[in-house]
Amino acid sequence: MADLFLAYQSLFAFVGINALLALSVYATLCCGQLSLANAGFMALGAYTGALITLRAPSVPFLFVLAAAALVPALVAVPLGLPVLRLRGVFLAIATVGFGEVVRLFFVNWQFTNGAMGLVAIPQRTQLWTIALALAVALFALGRLHGSRTGYALEAIREDETAARTMGIYTTGHKLAMLAAGAALAGLAGGLEAHFTFMVAPNGYGFGRVVEMLVQAVVGGTAAFYGPAVGAAFLTVLPEALREAGARLGLAPGPFRLLLNGAILLAVILYLPNGLVSLPATFRRRARRPA
Amino acid sequence: MTLSVSGLSRTFGGVRAVDEATFSVADGEVHGLIGPNGAGKTTLLNLVSGLLRPTAGKIELDGRRIDGLPPNRVAALGVARTYQNIRLFGGLSAADNVVVGQHLRRRAPFWPRLLFLPSALREERAAQKAAEAGLERVGMRERALTRAHELSYGEQRRVEIARALASQPRLVLLDEPTAGMNPNEAFAVARLVREVAKEGRAVLLIEHNVRLVMELCDRITVLNFGKVIARGTPQEIGKDPAVIAAYLGEGG
Repeated sequence: MADLFLAYQSLFAFVGINALLALSVYATLCCGQLSLANAGFMALGAYTGALITLRAPSVPFLFVLAAAALVPALVAVPLGLPVLRLRGVFLAIATVGFGEVVRLFFVNWQFTNGAMGLVAIPQRTQLWTIALALAVALFALGRLHGSRTGYALEAIREDETAARTMGIYTTGHKLAMLAAGAALAGLAGGLEAHFTFMVAPNGYGFGRVVEMLVQAVVGGTAAFYGPAVGAAFLTVLPEALREAGARLGLAPGPFRLLLNGAILLAVILYLPNGLVSLPATFRRRARRPA
Repeated sequence: MTLSVSGLSRTFGGVRAVDEATFSVADGEVHGLIGPNGAGKTTLLNLVSGLLRPTAGKIELDGRRIDGLPPNRVAALGVARTYQNIRLFGGLSAADNVVVGQHLRRRAPFWPRLLFLPSALREERAAQKAAEAGLERVGMRERALTRAHELSYGEQRRVEIARALASQPRLVLLDEPTAGMNPNEAFAVARLVREVAKEGRAVLLIEHNVRLVMELCDRITVLNFGKVIARGTPQEIGKDPAVIAAYLGEGG
């Protein structure tokens, strides 16, 4: 058992990091905002953390992670003020634009070695650090659900105009959730940077945020833990099926993408509320006479 | 005077949807807003609730200017409303809709809930209780756990009224509260509106059922092409030649 755990340590770590990222997308999704800036926020967190560790190795890791979460959250506020006026697909496009700006900024910044990125970052992330961060995020989001603020967020998702005439300050709520999502993405970025030894701008492209979104949607955004379930599922499954793909003569990278696409298609067609709606769907099937 | 509107105008391009409207609604008064289709009644409610900004004129609530304030600020000053084309939170249960309606009344910071403090649990139970009581009042208690979009049209209207009342507003704006209801349901809503007014709240309502308006309202304002063409008690309105002309056509 212990051997198994050691062998799959990095898989567990990526499950946790991806779960944090999927939850960061959920933070805005739960109040109806499709924001795709989170790869950019993740990059900001990763670079912030890596730079502090490389330049000032004596700073405790906890402070490094706090900075990795705080910097993107602070950037999210001035970004959110104009872009959260946009709705639906326009918000998505504007935030994709932000993500690309961040990526290209790091590609061109000599201080962080441009496209090469930063390497030889000490490994400071432990499995328990990731687990703790994920547990805290899940706990906070879980407690949010059902609170006065949680109700306000659901109201904004369902009908923003009606929510405003209920006295809900929609701009503030949306902005707070964008910043919370940015903090989660930055935290995940900081954790990942200190786990994989390196950060490079191309790890934070458009594909990365699509991955987060797919994981959140496959898991289901009706429940706060759905995105974490989706992240775990889509991280573990390709590993579990790696053998099968190799036997078919498929390269692991493209195989993973193919599998992700196929799963997304199947979930959207047959489980529009995500994997977490699976038990309820079964129960309904069982009750319905054949 | 709870609500006082003076010289209020709103144009959309070249169309004067509301044209120098002036009227007022007192505490405990049920005030009817009637007029033919396209007369500007809903635009007027949208102006009062802050969803639209007026082109000219002013809106005062208890002597305080509210025109130009965003809708959430207007709501915080005690204005609640329902919509002609019902805007419930469809995915939430009837009870949860009413809980959202209590947003302004609830004082529930997040951290006690985060720590499972008893005060937070008590506050949440009280909110649920209040929501059930609110639904009871509109005869919807047994449907409390049904999702709003699964309710019938008339049921949705009643839940929307309960949601509006949940904030304990000073002024309630009802946009066709009995549309799509059978006479029994409409009568129940009319009785509820009277009760609400008796609590000292001002009610401004748009209604097409003329008999209901005549029986229910203390005073009526008639709009046509955005202009106020008559104001007065139901008896006065029923005899007003301008109103008869607007409803039945010239020489009718």
